[in-house]
Order: sequence, then C-alpha cells, then structure tokens
Amino acid sequence: MSSMRFAVSMLSVLGIASIIGTVLKQNEPYSNYIIKFGQFWFGFFEALGLYDVYHSSWFLLILLFLITSCSLCIYRNSPLMVKEWRTFKEQATEKSLNAFSHQEIYTVSALENQNLANTKQQLLMFLKAKGFKYKFKTQTDGSELIAAKAGTHQRLGYIFTHSAMVIIFFGGLLDGNLPFKVQEMLGVKHIETRDIPGSKVPAISRLSTNNPSFRGNMTLPEGSSDNVAFVRVRDGYLVQELPFRVALKDFRIEHYATGQPKSFESDIVITDSDLKAPLTKTISVNHPLTYKGVAIYQSDFQDGGTKLNFKVWNLLAKNNATQKLDGAIFQKGILGADVNGAGANAVKVEYNDFRKFNIINLSADGKGKPHNVGPNITYKLRDAQGQAREYVTYMQPMQIDGKYYFISGMRETVQEDFLYLRLPVDDDLSINGFMNLRAILLDQANFEEIAHRLAQNVAAKNKAPDGKALPLNKPFENSVVQLLKNFAKGGYNEVAQVIEKNVPEKEREVAAKAYIKMINLAAFEAYNMGLAANKKPLLVNNAETQALIQDCLNGFSDMFFYGTPYFLQLENFEHKEASGLQLTKSPGEKWVYLGSALLVLGIFSMLYIRERRIWLLLKPSSNQVHFGMSSNRKNLDFEQEFSLYREQIRNLVVSK
Amino acid sequence: MNKVIDYQPKTLLQQLNWQDWLYAILLVAGAVFAYAKYANYMDIYEVVFLFGAAVVFSYLGWQWKALGKLVIGVAVISLFSISLYHGEQARATQTFLLKFLICSQSAIMWMNVLFVLAMVTYWFAMFKRSVFAGSVATALTWSAALMGFVGLMVRWYESYLIAPEVGHIPISNLYEVFILFCLITALLYLHYEKNFNTKQLGGFVLLVINAAVGFILWYTFDRQANNIQPLVPALQSYWMKIHVPANFIGYGAFSLAASVSAAYLLANKGILASRLPKLEVLDDLMYKSIAVGFAFFTIATILGAIWAAEAWGGYWSWDPKETWALIVWLNYAAWLHLRMVKGLRGPVLAWWALIGLIVTTFAFLGVNMFLSGLHSYGTL
Repeated sequence: MSSMRFAVSMLSVLGIASIIGTVLKQNEPYSNYIIKFGQFWFGFFEALGLYDVYHSSWFLLILLFLITSCSLCIYRNSPLMVKEWRTFKEQATEKSLNAFSHQEIYTVSALENQNLANTKQQLLMFLKAKGFKYKFKTQTDGSELIAAKAGTHQRLGYIFTHSAMVIIFFGGLLDGNLPFKVQEMLGVKHIETRDIPGSKVPAISRLSTNNPSFRGNMTLPEGSSDNVAFVRVRDGYLVQELPFRVALKDFRIEHYATGQPKSFESDIVITDSDLKAPLTKTISVNHPLTYKGVAIYQSDFQDGGTKLNFKVWNLLAKNNATQKLDGAIFQKGILGADVNGAGANAVKVEYNDFRKFNIINLSADGKGKPHNVGPNITYKLRDAQGQAREYVTYMQPMQIDGKYYFISGMRETVQEDFLYLRLPVDDDLSINGFMNLRAILLDQANFEEIAHRLAQNVAAKNKAPDGKALPLNKPFENSVVQLLKNFAKGGYNEVAQVIEKNVPEKEREVAAKAYIKMINLAAFEAYNMGLAANKKPLLVNNAETQALIQDCLNGFSDMFFYGTPYFLQLENFEHKEASGLQLTKSPGEKWVYLGSALLVLGIFSMLYIRERRIWLLLKPSSNQVHFGMSSNRKNLDFEQEFSLYREQIRNLVVSK
Repeated sequence: MNKVIDYQPKTLLQQLNWQDWLYAILLVAGAVFAYAKYANYMDIYEVVFLFGAAVVFSYLGWQWKALGKLVIGVAVISLFSISLYHGEQARATQTFLLKFLICSQSAIMWMNVLFVLAMVTYWFAMFKRSVFAGSVATALTWSAALMGFVGLMVRWYESYLIAPEVGHIPISNLYEVFILFCLITALLYLHYEKNFNTKQLGGFVLLVINAAVGFILWYTFDRQANNIQPLVPALQSYWMKIHVPANFIGYGAFSLAASVSAAYLLANKGILASRLPKLEVLDDLMYKSIAVGFAFFTIATILGAIWAAEAWGGYWSWDPKETWALIVWLNYAAWLHLRMVKGLRGPVLAWWALIGLIVTTFAFLGVNMFLSGLHSYGTL
C-alpha cells in the first residue's frame, strides 16, 4: 500500500470520485431528486450516497486509503530521508567514483606536501563559495577524500509535504460528521424530518453544547432571538444547542446606485450568563464574529414577516368597489368568504414572499441596463378544492417601451413561467381609469348608451348630401350592443369565437377588423363616460389615447385568463427582514492551516532546493584529482552546473 | 588567491548597479506616496500588500531586468493616461490619446491585437528560421504585456470614477481574469524564453494566449462584459488581491507546460524537430512550469480556503470550484510523483501535461459555465 503505483492510483481515484459531486448538485431537498430521477433511480442513488458524496462512507474510505498509504510512505521512507539529509557519503571510494556518470580526472604536476595542502585549501574554498558543506576522509592508500553536499534540505520537503497531508486530513476529520455517523449507527441519534419548531424537537435529534464541531444555520427575524441552530443532514436536520443566545436587532441591505447589493449587515446581540453585559456586534459578509469558539457568519436573508396592506379589486364585478385586505408574509388570509369565514367562493391567500428591491432588465433587446423596479409580493390563492395558483404582483407601475403598466404574473405550477397581466395607468399613474372602463364594459346596462353615442358619431361624420343629419341607424346600434355583450363575456377571445361560428371563412378577416375597430371606438366612449362620471376632463381622440385604449382592451381580454377575479394591489407595507446566520465550530481549522503551511514549505523545498553532492579525491600517489558529482534529480540545471564546476576546478588544480 | 574571483558567484546585492537601486527607490517612493495619500482608505492588510508589492517587484526587477523595465513602463503610461482623464470618465471617448490608445478599453484591445501579431510573427520566425523575426515577436509580446497591464491599471482607476464605492482591483470577474491570464502566461513564457533561449516555442504558447484573446473579444462584443460592475459583498475582501493572482500564476504556468508538451510531442514524432529546441530542454521546461504552477496553485487554494473560512463559514465546502481545484491539484501531484519519484520522462508525461490543460480549463471556465455553486461571480 505504500507503493508509488498505489499512491498515484489513489490520487486518480479520489479525483474521479470528486467529480461526481460537482456534476450532481449536492444536498438539494430530496423532493427535487425524486422529480429529477423518478422514484426508482432516486432510491438507487440515495443508497449510493450520491446526494452528499463528500460525506458518504465510500468517499471517506477512499480518503482513508490515501492517507494510510501516505502515512506508510512516511513511515517507510522518513528514516532514509533523514539519513540522506545528514550524511556526506564519505564512504565513497575510488571505485565508486569511477562508476559515476558525471566525473573528471585531472592530472596535476606534483601533488604532495605543501602543494597537496594548497590544493586542498583551494578546493575547500571553492566548495564553500558554492555553498557546499564538506567532510574529510583519509583513504587507506593515503589519498584524501573530500565529501561535500548542498541542498540536502530538499529531503525534508518529502517529510513535510507528506505529513502535511496527514495533518490536513486529521483536521478535516475533526470537523467532519464522523461522530454523528457513529452515533446514528448505534441508534443514539437520528435526524428529524418533521417541520416543527426547534424547541419541540426531541432529545434524540438534538446535539448538546459539548458537540466539538458543527456547521448550522439560524434564521432570525428582526427583533427575535434564538439559542439553537439547525444542522442540515440529508433530507432532515438536527438541532444544535448553543451555549448562548443570539438576537437580531436590525438587518440592512445597502445598494449601489445601480441597484446591485453592496452589503448585507446584521446587528446582533449575544446574551450569555458568562457575560456581564450583552455583547453587541455588527457582522457582515467577510466579517464574522467568533464567540466561545463559535463563528457567526452573515450567510443569507429572507423576509421576516413583512406587514402588507392591499386594495382588492374584483376584476369581474360590474362596479369598481374595492375592499381592504391586511396580511403578513408567512401568514394566510381569506377573500370572498361569507360571515362564517367560509363558503364555496372563499379563496385562501397565502403570502409567501416580499422583495423590496427587484433588479430587472426591461429593455426590449435585453442589452439595456437592469434597474430597480421596486417591491413585489408573491402569494398563492387557494380555492375551496385546494387548487392553488401562484401570483407575483409589483407594487409600482413598470415602464415598458416608454409606457407604464401595473404588472401581475400568474402561474399554475412552479415549473411554468409566469403569465403576465399588464394593466395600463392613467396620467396620474393610477389604475382607476382602467378599472372604471372595465366596470363599464362589463355592465350591460351601459351598452345601449355606448351604442347610441357611436351611432351619433357616425351620423355626424357622414352627413346627407343635402347637409341634414342622417337618421340614426337602429340595426347598427343593436349590433354594437351584441358585440359588447360578447366582449364582456370573454374579451377578444370570445369575439373571435363568435366570428368563427357565424362568419364564413373568407369574410372573417374583414369582419374581425371591423369588430376590433368598433370595440376600440366603443371603449373610447366608455372611457370618457367613466371620466365624466368622476367629473374628470375627457380624453381627446388622438394616437396616445388610442394606444391607451388598446392597452386597456388587451388588459381586459387578458384578465379572463388571470385565474381569479381578485386583483391585489399592494398599497402599503411595513418591511421586516430576517437574517440568515451560519454558525460553525471547527476545531480542525488550526490543524488544517498548520498542515497547509507545512505543505507550502515542503513543496518549495522539494521543487526549489536541489540536492547535489561532490566528491574530490586527492591522490598524491598518482598526482591526480578525481572529481565526481551527483544529484538525486538529473536535469538540465545539473548538467550545466557540472560542466561549469568541471572547468572551474580544472583552473584551480591544473597549474598553467 | 586571485583565482577565487573566477568562481565566486556574486550575491544579488553585489550584482546591482545604480539603475537597479534607482528602480527600487522609485517603487518604494511610489508606495510611500500612495500610503501618505490614501492610508485612510486602506486596512492593515492592504498596507502590507502595498509595501509588499514594492519589495516583491523590486526583487523581481533585480532578478529579471526586462521585467523592471515593464513595471516602469506600465507605471509611466498608466499615470499619463490617468492624468488625461481629469477625473471624468467621459473623456475616455473624447480625448484622442485615450480613445485610440490608452483608455483601459483601447489598451486592452491593443493588447489583443499585439498578441495576435506576436503569434503570427513567432510562427513566421520559426518557419523562416529568422532570428530577427524572432526578436520582433518577443518585442511584440512584451508590448502586448505592456498594453494589457496599462489597460488593467487604468481600468482600476476608471472603476473609481464610476463611484468611489464601486472602485476595485480589476480581477473580480471572468473578463478581467482572462486578461490577467493572458498577461501572466505571456510573462512566464518570456521569462523562460530569456533563460532557455527558446523563441521557437513562442508560437505554441501564444496559441493558448490567443485562444483567451478570442474569448475576451467574444465576451466584449457579444456580452458587453467590459462594462465595470460593482463588487458583490462576498468579493469585498483583501484576500481577493492575493488569491486570484496566485491562482492565475498557477493556471498560466499549467498552460505554458501544456504548450511546451505539445511542442515536445511534435518534436518527438520528428515534426518540426529541427526547428524546435532539443527534447531535453523541452522536457526540463515542462517540468519547471508545472513546478511553478503547482507551487502557486497550492498557495492559491490554501488562500482560497482561508478566505472561504472568513466569508462562507468553512474552509472547505466541496463547492464545485473548490472540488475542481482539488482535482487539478491531484492531477499535477500525480504528475510530479511520477516524474520525481519514478523518474518517468518522455511522451507519457507530455500527454499528461497536455490533457492536464483540459482539466485546468474545465476548472477555470467549465465549472462556471456548466456547474453552479458559491463561485457564481464568474458565470458567463
């Protein structure tokens, strides 16, 4: 297991195993996986631990193999490395020097007595200048051996890097969930899967304050406090008790001028019996607070129960009466109920989310700059049968192609995109003009009057040849009334169906155009009737007015597909946010950092310290100096260095 | 005794002449000036980085004179460019010199153009065996690096013109780090070109750089990625200033190794063998770049872990980017094991280094394109 082949294989296996967890999104709610894979494959993948690969037993086993192999390598090779690090290899003999690939024999004129001492001195100075340490050994034949070494610290690199890996793994193990896994296997602990308050969770799913390491989350609405964190495990959670209580005073999001978030900050207060006074601190992303070994991070945010005030319109009513509706995020309300709070028409309102800032790119080509369009609210309307539709409604009108609209989206399932209802605004940015027109166009009592006005207009335009007004055209008026009745039933869609039923195919296009024109003219009259009733100045028929009328009619037709008669206009809100905190305790962190420091040290020693050894054998008997050089890593640098030294030593010992 | 002088290697300090000292003094003076003027806006880490940069670039400039000249060139041109702005962003499109030469966007475009020209010239030089063309190619690469760094420096300044709170070092998104990648890879190559006299490899290395240039161009014209965006809260940390550059020294060195391994594989098959450096040289170069890459990639990953512990609440979260960093690290760790312990050489390692680039590219780009996770600022 300590073999090179095994180590490299384990490195590869770990690499490949790691890929799995990056391809399949980890730690998603289990329902997402069921939708994705179907029940059969879901169970199969769950058994393989694919939803949390990095904490699965088999992954841990791979790591364990790698670390065991690494430890065995250290155990086996360290004594050798230490020996190499210390030794000068002064046992080398002439015979072993002869076997070197890098050697040179210089013949010197006279290598004895004073000359020998001089040469030796020169060589030692040479070695010293090059940064070599040396040792002497007199050979049996009287020749002298200088054994020198440089860069042997490289050998320590081996020990450093490999022990670094073991230390990092050990640190990781301290912070891992192994203790819980063991407790779970023994049946001492198990995860909680029910959606119940933290205080109701039974002891078997609670972790005490003595738990050495955890990584949990806490969601605190402004003004509330808690002393437990939730640790997500597979499809459930555990409750981690904290040795103190955390309260959220305030949560703030700051924005850049462009609307993107600039900072998330929470003002938190820690109360603890060990503290004389509560500890107040502001935490933000990149600036956590550590107290009693628990680090508290700003992790996310959500709504904390924003209070909402709505004006509710009934889109299908023949009047424009409204009612008030008050609610709060995460709470429920009711609409259309009888006095007992129920009834066949009762609709439950579930307020799900409020967002104060919404950065949207509204330009038609998508290339313009995104900007903030103001608050929106997401809610569900659930009918008596339990069927729910989801709605998202923006508080302020949005500018689209230069005109302003109130926007509300509807969808029947979460997989679908929202279908949007666009209601045009008046000059004063209110929705009233549309609502008045809608009420008039829904009420048959008004149709005679509208038809009459249209007939008068037609008559006024087309005077008889003699200049007298034409008599009013009664059949024309009747057909307008009939058309408006159809339009009131279902907008353009209804009119199209009537055309399809009654008009031969060839004439349909002409008929449709005539009808649309007539509806437009009728709507213009109706809009002005609405304005007159409210004692407001009437509209003049120009291009701008026609565009407004057209938008109104589109909105009118679309409202039949809105899925509910209730249009919730958000009038006011009292924003309340909740801060998402992450709390961690990781005793392994310092070990991991220690290992990391050692790793860097080791890598640099291994890669950038070059071990080289030089032997110089001075042989007075044959007037020769034998130079041998070796390195444990033969590469270009070594070749160059050898050539350089060979010539420099020649200059030293061979007198000219 | 006079023989000693022949072999006694000079220490670094002994090798320095008055220009070197002047260079270092200029850098330190610049740092002192910046400190005197902007100390109020810096935290302790940033002050350390400021003076650390003066020391590191002095040392690098002493070791490698050409780099010192680049540093001075970048400083002079960037300061000149900044002086032309008069503190108004709009002047980037009004003043002739800014608009066509040294506003950040133009400088980056010039970098792109010069890299393309350098690549063409390197290949021309190799086929014609022209020493002169080779020198021109080297000069073009240096010019590209000069313009690229000027572009980044001026962009840094421009970000503060948008609003002081928006200002940040331009290594915060995919567009900016691609420029950084081109520059670091080019510098690493130029360093080895000087040490090993291997102008024939320029064409190979610039292929990789120009692939990145192509990406920058697409990203600019199709996605308007050149617009400066403010930093999301998670990136507002001094760690970014060291984590990202360290990472890109790693990526750059691995890319360089892959380019060299491509040349090695061709030469090994006898293709272009007479024009390319000897196999031993290529092999050595490949090892050296992977060694540099591995060392810096390790540091970058560790810095990333420390930053993650501060921003995300854990030094390791098995986020896809983290996991792929580990995979890249394991890949080159295995490579180094085979080479250093087994003494393995030759085509197998060259192929491995080449395929390593695919792994590296996926970690760098693929993760952002195909996988989601905490590192979402780099999304396409």
